[in-house]
Amino acid sequence: MAGRVAGKVAFITGAARSQGRSHALRLAQEGADIIAVDVCAPIGSIGMYPPATDEDLAETVRQVEALDRRIVATKADVRDSAAMKAAVDDGVAQLGRLDIVLGNAGVFEIQPALELTDEAWREMIDINLTGVWNTCKVALPHLIEGGRGGSIVLTSSTAGLKGTPNTIHYTAAKHGVVGVMRTLANEFAQHSIRVNSVHPTGVDTVMIQNEKTWGLFAPDDPAPSREKAAPVFQATNALPVPWVEPVDISNAILFLVSDEARYITGVTLPVDAGYTVT
Amino acid sequence: MTGLLEGKVAFITGAARGQGRSHAVRMAEEGADVIAVDLCAQIGTVPYGMATPEDLAETVRQVEALDRRIVASTVDVRDSAGLQSALDDGVAQLGGLDVVSANAGVFSTARFEDLTDDQWDDMIGVNLTGVFRTARAAVPHLKANPDGGAMVLTSSTAGVKGIPNAAHYVAAKHGVVGLMKTLANELAPHRIRVNSLHPTTVDTDMIQNPAMYGLFRPDLGTSATREDAEAGFRTTNKLDVPWVESIDISNALVWLCSDLARYVTGVQLPVDAGNLVK
Ligand SMILES: NC(=O)c1ccc[n+]([C@@H]2O[C@H](COP(=O)([O-])OP(=O)(O)OC[C@H]3O[C@@H](n4cnc5c(N)ncnc54)[C@H](O)[C@@H]3O)[C@@H](O)[C@H]2O)c1
Ligand SMILES: NC(=O)c1ccc[n+]([C@@H]2O[C@H](COP(=O)([O-])OP(=O)(O)OC[C@H]3O[C@@H](n4cnc5c(N)ncnc54)[C@H](O)[C@@H]3O)[C@@H](O)[C@H]2O)c1
Repeated sequence: MAGRVAGKVAFITGAARSQGRSHALRLAQEGADIIAVDVCAPIGSIGMYPPATDEDLAETVRQVEALDRRIVATKADVRDSAAMKAAVDDGVAQLGRLDIVLGNAGVFEIQPALELTDEAWREMIDINLTGVWNTCKVALPHLIEGGRGGSIVLTSSTAGLKGTPNTIHYTAAKHGVVGVMRTLANEFAQHSIRVNSVHPTGVDTVMIQNEKTWGLFAPDDPAPSREKAAPVFQATNALPVPWVEPVDISNAILFLVSDEARYITGVTLPVDAGYTVT
Repeated sequence: MTGLLEGKVAFITGAARGQGRSHAVRMAEEGADVIAVDLCAQIGTVPYGMATPEDLAETVRQVEALDRRIVASTVDVRDSAGLQSALDDGVAQLGGLDVVSANAGVFSTARFEDLTDDQWDDMIGVNLTGVFRTARAAVPHLKANPDGGAMVLTSSTAGVKGIPNAAHYVAAKHGVVGLMKTLANELAPHRIRVNSLHPTTVDTDMIQNPAMYGLFRPDLGTSATREDAEAGFRTTNKLDVPWVESIDISNALVWLCSDLARYVTGVQLPVDAGNLVK
């Protein structure tokens, strides 16, 4: 059977590891070639989990190529619109077209609102909000020029729909992503470009699987752990699961970018085990 | 390749024609057996011809042509006892229940002050109470399923926003969202997921009829044709289409019911060509 995105090209940010890598593999399994970018470097104000590395991005390349799909990977920061433009222009030149855009790159940090530094606020907004817009801005001309429409999916969060304490910069940025999505859905529908957002609950990646995040739910525990955090995470969801897997987000994105969702646009799609309905 | 619903049993109301038939056929293509019910008769306050016994027989033929089994009954979703026995009979024959599509519905229009008690009662009876009765009949079977299950309630864009001249429909379709959200919470511990679909106009007899055409072309009244009304329908959407096809709703339904959406619950999913984001 032909893949559900056979012959298409997808531009994915934050593709070195975790969800971004999972999206690249899932779309490649379904026949797409990939333009991947990732910063592969530490971010000053993000200290609670390790950054992705050059080796991570190289591993994504290896795994996509093992599926017999092509991938053009570039080390670039979503905050640097010139570098982003160069990365997508180069990818389209090599792969011949652009159909799908996934604004997935992002960072997370926990900090009580009044302890947040100006620098930490700015970095979060720059990456998780402006970086998403930069991604769309450099990709949209290719989608329009292709004349075949296209599909953009922006990764927000349940924190893009609901307020969550100790993450004011993250929550503000992820709400902002919904504004970007809704505006673009309206402004580019005339080009048959669909724009939607996905809203994961906790996903089993280093972004939440780290001591500081585990400890947030058990402030007095000197040795917080994944096992001890699991029931507390689970209590935030309606379904009896503590978190979801990257592939669950990939499966939602695959549906949204496929022709099966050809008339779905402007939608905020939670993949959240019922987090927002509780 | 195995289907997304291989070996599952689906209960579909309003399955004689339109979206319901499309759901039955699409789910059968993905490997499901079907329990189908439809009224197959006219309701007095409905201004277009409703399904016939021949329509339901045609759904049976099409599902069987795919080598899937189908148990079809003529039942009114307002009739608890009839619904329960049709479902119980289907479950006994097909060996269980995994997914439910509460799709049966009617449409009529009237200025608010002209709405009759009969119009109101028929609408709430079918489009809201009928969904309640469908879900209530199904829940014991889903709870008995160790794998849990998925229920999808067909609402409408009119279940999210108001539209003029259909207060009874808008109220019923909003009510369906309340049911969905409550059931998502109440059934999550049993791994039963509950979501709603919100189509924009779908190309079925419900809207392809002179009463609807006249709404969009008051200048022509009930002599207006599909062609006369098309431009009016188109203005309600953001993507450049007057309506979507039944298959588009079926594709979203299949995704929601499949393991690809195993952690999606409590979600209102528009399939609306951007109607709501406009
Ligand atoms: N993990 C969760 O619980 C969760 C929940 C909801 C939403 N999300 C969102 O999902 C997305 C993916 O996160 P993840 O869980 O895979 O975490 P992750 O940290 O493993 O992956 C994020 C990737 O983005 C890259 N990145 C970060 N800043 C960048 C920048 N400035 N330029 C380019 N690349 C950059 C990182 O290097 C990393 O490879 C993020 O947008 C995140 O906010 C995550
Ligand atoms: N067509 C649209 O534009 C549109 C838009 C949004 C939502 N919807 C919803 O989609 C669903 C399917 O509608 P459709 O477009 O396929 O229209 P349709 O009229 O072709 O199909 C509806 C089916 O439901 C059956 N039905 C009606 N009342 C029943 C009852 N009391 N008991 C059992 N069966 C009954 C009808 O006989 C018919 O076969 C409805 O819930 C409708 O409100 C339709």
